[in-house]
Amino acid sequence: MTAVLPAAPAAGVVAHGRRARARRYRTVLAVLALAVVAVAVVALCVGERSYAPSEVLRVLLGEQVVGASFNVGVLRAPRVLTGLLVGVAFGTGGVVFQTMLRNPLASPDIIGVSAGSSAAAVVAITAFGLSGAALSLVAITAGLAVAAVIYALSWRDGVQGARLVLIGIAVGAMLDSVIGYALTRAGVYDANEALRWLTGSLNSAFWPGVGPLAAALGVLVPTLLVLARRLPVLQLGDDVAAGLGVRPDRSRLALLLVAVAVIAVATSAAGPIAFVAFLSGPIAHRLLRGTGSLVVPAGLVGALLVLTADLVGQHLLVHRFPVGVVTGVLGAPYLLWLLARTNRSGGSL
Amino acid sequence: MTLTATAGTPAPPSRVGPASLRRRRTLGLAACVVGVLLAVVASLAFGARVVGWDDVVAGVLHPDTSDIAQAAVRSRVARTVLGLLVGAALGLGGAVLQGLTRNPLADPALLGISSGASLAVVLGIMLLGLSTLTQYVWFAFAGATIAALLVYAIGSLGREGATPLKLALAGAATTAALGSGVSMVLLSRTDVLDTFRFWQVGSLGRASFAELAQVAPFLVVGAVLAVGCARGMDALALGDDVAVGLGQHVTAVRAVGALAAVLLCGTAVAAAGPIGFVGLVVPHLARTFTGPSHRWLLPVSAALGAALLLAADVVGRVVARPQEVEVGIVTAVLGAPVFIAIIRRHKVREL
Repeated sequence: MTAVLPAAPAAGVVAHGRRARARRYRTVLAVLALAVVAVAVVALCVGERSYAPSEVLRVLLGEQVVGASFNVGVLRAPRVLTGLLVGVAFGTGGVVFQTMLRNPLASPDIIGVSAGSSAAAVVAITAFGLSGAALSLVAITAGLAVAAVIYALSWRDGVQGARLVLIGIAVGAMLDSVIGYALTRAGVYDANEALRWLTGSLNSAFWPGVGPLAAALGVLVPTLLVLARRLPVLQLGDDVAAGLGVRPDRSRLALLLVAVAVIAVATSAAGPIAFVAFLSGPIAHRLLRGTGSLVVPAGLVGALLVLTADLVGQHLLVHRFPVGVVTGVLGAPYLLWLLARTNRSGGSL
Repeated sequence: MTLTATAGTPAPPSRVGPASLRRRRTLGLAACVVGVLLAVVASLAFGARVVGWDDVVAGVLHPDTSDIAQAAVRSRVARTVLGLLVGAALGLGGAVLQGLTRNPLADPALLGISSGASLAVVLGIMLLGLSTLTQYVWFAFAGATIAALLVYAIGSLGREGATPLKLALAGAATTAALGSGVSMVLLSRTDVLDTFRFWQVGSLGRASFAELAQVAPFLVVGAVLAVGCARGMDALALGDDVAVGLGQHVTAVRAVGALAAVLLCGTAVAAAGPIGFVGLVVPHLARTFTGPSHRWLLPVSAALGAALLLAADVVGRVVARPQEVEVGIVTAVLGAPVFIAIIRRHKVREL
């Protein structure tokens, strides 16, 4: 590594570079946030019956507008809000997994953590008729349990990313078959609905669900952001981290717990929306070119992905597709490309 | 030392003398035959309906179709034969895949071959209105071939070639990609979804004698091709250079073996849907008593696959009476732990 480092630049150049990077970081964040707001507004306005932004704004301010109050206020607003929340959750949770395990493939949707939450949710719904906070609790517990099992199984003189990913894939295959079983037991007209637990969808996002979701993520996501400040220190290796006053094992455990909880809450609300957790971090990384923490930008990218994919799935295709199908079709080629690229360059995954 | 040790190179001679190996192989083969027979009997005797033993015998030999118990047994016969054929095809196909790629993690479902076949069949149903198994089979072959080529192409980029780790990851990615495609088709056509969701999990429940007659020829051709390149795969296990030195036509062996694997796995998927982990687990079990020689490994894998798949199907029929759990779900739940055990046995660098 040291061999390729250029000669130390003059102090002024360093300061200039730092300012430029900070500027880039702020610009990317602002652009992402604006894009999220713009897509959210479009999602509120457009539909079978479209409304002007001014009408949408009046609905949001609590005025009664004929038609719009129902279409926007009752149908579209909770859907957009849910999409926003789960997008942020998948984005932040995913990038914490990937950074901490140092493997872009170690995102919770690839290694079966989301599948654990969604399998538990399906069983809780079909067999016990659970909903709301109880459902979230079941999904979180299952997500944590699956993450713990995968982590324990991958342990052999430490956890290596590649082994964890392979074991996660196997656990995920097993859990998918549990979901498949629930699917075959669902009634014919429930099957479509049940399919959302395989791919993820916003079709059942209504106001009663938004409150608990917002409350849970309102606590968990900020906690994750605070904990994630230790990520760069953890990246330096355990000894250095300990020297800098961070307890590596405890920090890692706390980060993992909160990240799993964030992912599980989002999964219990919208199913395991395919590839959002996996894609958000790398996209944010590409936009930022290695300046600053990825967690917040990845959350914004996640929200942007979910809202845009939902818009596309709802309005731009011949049929209405749930958001997870759209992200799945977009995300899988990227995964293949990532594999092809790392394979060709001989880099480790 | 790479993982080829489990995938094919001869075991250390100190542990296995020729005499004890011969004894182990004979015992193993006998155990397989007994296992197949037991599974067949269980498959005929157990099901959603509880049936007496005399009804089982009568149902097979000279069924009185007005008797419900005997009619139930009769309907289990086709299912049992299909289970034997599909299980044998998956076991054999898995052994061929593992031999060709020197990859202990090779399995038709994990390498994306089954989902390639699935997507092609679903597209065929939707776009061309396919309805018979013979039509499915050709689409399944096409899809399986394309997926196999894609996974192998992506997995073999880079300096070390197609390592098990890279192939497994490429297979998982391809499976995810093709799975999204399948969902996309299904969600736009609820009528297709209703038949497909049962097919997707892998099931033997719809077996009929007419279908058996349609798939059998493909399986026979696949099996003959597979056994035909057994000697070539033994040589491949020693590395390409040694194989060439031993007078083997490496490319020909690979091509014939791949054709055999696609025929076997594609037919199995067309007939019973994607069933995971059988092709993965069976050759590992078989190798423990056949040693690495493919002339022993292939037939034993076929027998063991048949016995295991049928046993899994019986388990699925019995655990959730009066309903049943599809066999693909049973194999996933039982097979994933074995996959994990295989991964844990090896150092990641060797993958």
